[in-house]
Amino acid sequence: MSTEPTIKYEAVADDHHGGGTGGPSIWNPARWLCSTNHKDIGLMYLVFAMFAGIIGFTLSGMMRFELMEPGLQYFTGEAGSWGDRHTYNVVTTMHGLIMIFFMVMPALIGGFGNYFVPIMIGAPDMAMPRMNNISFWLMPFSFALAVLSMFVPGHGSAHGFGGGWVLYPPLSSLIGHNGPSMDLLILSLHIAGISSILGAINFIVTILNMRAPGMTIHKMPLFAWALLITAFLLVLALPVLAGALTMLLTDRNFGSKFFDPAGGGDPIMFQHLFWFFGHPEVYIMILPGFGIISHIISTFSKKPVFGYLAMAYAMAAIGFIGFLVWAHHMYTVGMGVDLKAYFVAATMVIAVPTGVKIFSWIATMWGGSIEFKLPMLWAMAFVFLFTVGGVTGVVLANAGIDHVLHDTYYVVAHFHYVLSLGAVFTLFAGWYYWYEKMFGIKYNALFGHLHFWFMFVGTNLIFFPQHFLGLQGMPRRYVDYADGFAQWNYVSSIGYMITIVAMLFFFVGLILSMIARKKAEANPWGEYATTLEWTLSSPPPFHQFNELPVVKNEAGH
Amino acid sequence: MAHGAVKHDYHLVNPSPWPVLTSLGLFIMALGGVAYMKGLFGLPQGNLLTLVPGFLIIVWTLFGWWGECIKESRAGDHTPVVEMSLKYGMILFIASEVMFFVAWFWSFFEMVIFHGHRATGMDVALYPQLADWSSWPPPDIALGGEEAGHGGGFHRVETFDPFGLPLINTLILLLSGTTVTWAHHAIAQGDYKGTKLGLLFTVLLGALFSAFQVLEYQHAHFTYDGSLYGSAFFMATGFHGAHVVIGTIFLFVCLMRMMVGNMTVKNHLGFEFAAWYWHFVDVVWLFLFAFVYIAPRFTLGG
Repeated sequence: MSTEPTIKYEAVADDHHGGGTGGPSIWNPARWLCSTNHKDIGLMYLVFAMFAGIIGFTLSGMMRFELMEPGLQYFTGEAGSWGDRHTYNVVTTMHGLIMIFFMVMPALIGGFGNYFVPIMIGAPDMAMPRMNNISFWLMPFSFALAVLSMFVPGHGSAHGFGGGWVLYPPLSSLIGHNGPSMDLLILSLHIAGISSILGAINFIVTILNMRAPGMTIHKMPLFAWALLITAFLLVLALPVLAGALTMLLTDRNFGSKFFDPAGGGDPIMFQHLFWFFGHPEVYIMILPGFGIISHIISTFSKKPVFGYLAMAYAMAAIGFIGFLVWAHHMYTVGMGVDLKAYFVAATMVIAVPTGVKIFSWIATMWGGSIEFKLPMLWAMAFVFLFTVGGVTGVVLANAGIDHVLHDTYYVVAHFHYVLSLGAVFTLFAGWYYWYEKMFGIKYNALFGHLHFWFMFVGTNLIFFPQHFLGLQGMPRRYVDYADGFAQWNYVSSIGYMITIVAMLFFFVGLILSMIARKKAEANPWGEYATTLEWTLSSPPPFHQFNELPVVKNEAGH
Repeated sequence: MAHGAVKHDYHLVNPSPWPVLTSLGLFIMALGGVAYMKGLFGLPQGNLLTLVPGFLIIVWTLFGWWGECIKESRAGDHTPVVEMSLKYGMILFIASEVMFFVAWFWSFFEMVIFHGHRATGMDVALYPQLADWSSWPPPDIALGGEEAGHGGGFHRVETFDPFGLPLINTLILLLSGTTVTWAHHAIAQGDYKGTKLGLLFTVLLGALFSAFQVLEYQHAHFTYDGSLYGSAFFMATGFHGAHVVIGTIFLFVCLMRMMVGNMTVKNHLGFEFAAWYWHFVDVVWLFLFAFVYIAPRFTLGG
């Protein structure tokens, strides 16, 4: 082909202005734009997730400040203009989509997954480094489409799509939102989906085909196990969402009748397709975190993880059963009682492998000489808070109870306990666990601890009262509420302010550690940090394992 | 290749501009698509030209990207372990495509199996036209006829006789499956003439299938925007048709590469993937033929 510029790095053995050992200068834009290096791509994912996270967090602030008191505080614009009550709906919708697709997934899968899975299995890079790069670069463009959708007409003169992150028709049909906003959002999710599918294929291939000599699948670190299962969920679940979105797109623009009862179509069909993707999606968000937590708890309890194989297969079981329970999100659509009975039972079954995980973490700590280092604090908080979220999940799994609690703040509290206090806590746990490894400097321990404690108190204060609000019957996604709900909403908003302080500590700590530049050790955590990344320098060389490591009898978990 | 003494067979790919350019192309095409569908940034609605810039970028990047792959393969970067990675990757890509088709089949099955439920429950009293959608074949509201609702009397979908053109198409596709296997065996034995001939037949059969599919669409007695039946039918078969076209192009590229001597007995992964893809397209058609064309006609009439 004539169109074939090949960019080559100048061979750099050990240049000192470069990040890590070797590799081109970090100020060379081609290093990032054209990257085929799993560590660089992982770092780009983390920076992107941080950026998207700030926006998603700001959106949640707009909600919490509005809901601090009954009545309209901030969303008082004239109907149809920016800042009206519809804008509140746009904010809730985009908060959900951004946090899921552009914050948690890029950080846990794209960021930590890319950076550490190849190292943990003793591979020099991902199996398809160039495809890895497109998995990343699709994300900012997809994000741009999503953000743009907030500023173009959604319905009539009202801007943005306000139908909730689940995109149900008819709110997402022409009747609900006839403007280009929804179309932008659909295409944004299509592109994010392509990115995730390609990334997932890359992970599966890498893990199946590139493990170091001697690293059998039953010796593989649990984080790699988690990513393997997550990747399978992505490959099998995301195309179904893509199908549903495509049907929605042609319903909106080419007159098809998939979800339009006037043409024999069925809006409930969309919900089935959406949740067939959506339920595996919640495991996609939490499984990588499970992997991280296993390593951290084992490291700081100074014991190998309890029940390694059970831990691995519990994740596999969670992933598999996760495909069979989707309709527990839609108990109130009018499905038959037999069907509900099935989905209740199947959903309850997931509590079994999840229990295996929780109890194994506790058993790992049991009798260990526990070091309460910062990553361990996040990990222990995760185990506790995720259990709270899991228990409310069992409550909601009951169709009878769910009829009362569906679409109330109880549901909001439940999924924020498993995500904001679950997945996000694992994210920060992993961040502090691997900070030295990735950046070659030590994190600021004081600000890290302040970050943890403020975040722990703040997020609990936000979401625990929301259980009460839900039980009292406060519906989710409303810009205003009856006066009786005022007190706990006020408390919840105070919690948000504490969380702002936590985030400030996070960023200030980050900046301080970059100023201090305290030299990192190759392995700061001691002999129970057994995975391969701790055998490398901090940060690892630009290309690790030019000579593949050989895994002996001892397992890498 | 990377610096230093590399003592493994994995392929550390050089930095490449194509991924970010492809992403940019998709972004521009998405914007163009929304402009075409709804009008955006002052661009008028309904102008297909808005799709062109993004499309051109993507075509350019595909040539660049895959050209790079071919170059690397010829440079010997595709060691056995790398080939294995690529094979796993292709299998997984096809698996994700299968799940894509699951969505269309799901939608179709829901209609065929549960259309009777459209008229159960209390909704019927409020919306009498639901009764029309509970009978088979369903109405087609785009084809006109009497006022929709209130006991029918308007135009109904006429499904295809599966044993006319669809059966011929089935045979064409099955035949093309045998010709591609012929080409595969030929290349494995170094019979490049046979490979080219087998590929040529496969490409022609693929094109013939697409042409017949267009012909069939022109004779449809139902419409995409007339009912769920039309929507689901055209989406499922149309999406399959798009895959046939992609597969045909894929095989055509292999044929061209054979012509310039680009593939050899040992080095023909691209051809192997085209063949896999073609078999996948073939199998999807068998499911479509069995469940979209035949089964509803036999069980419900048509």
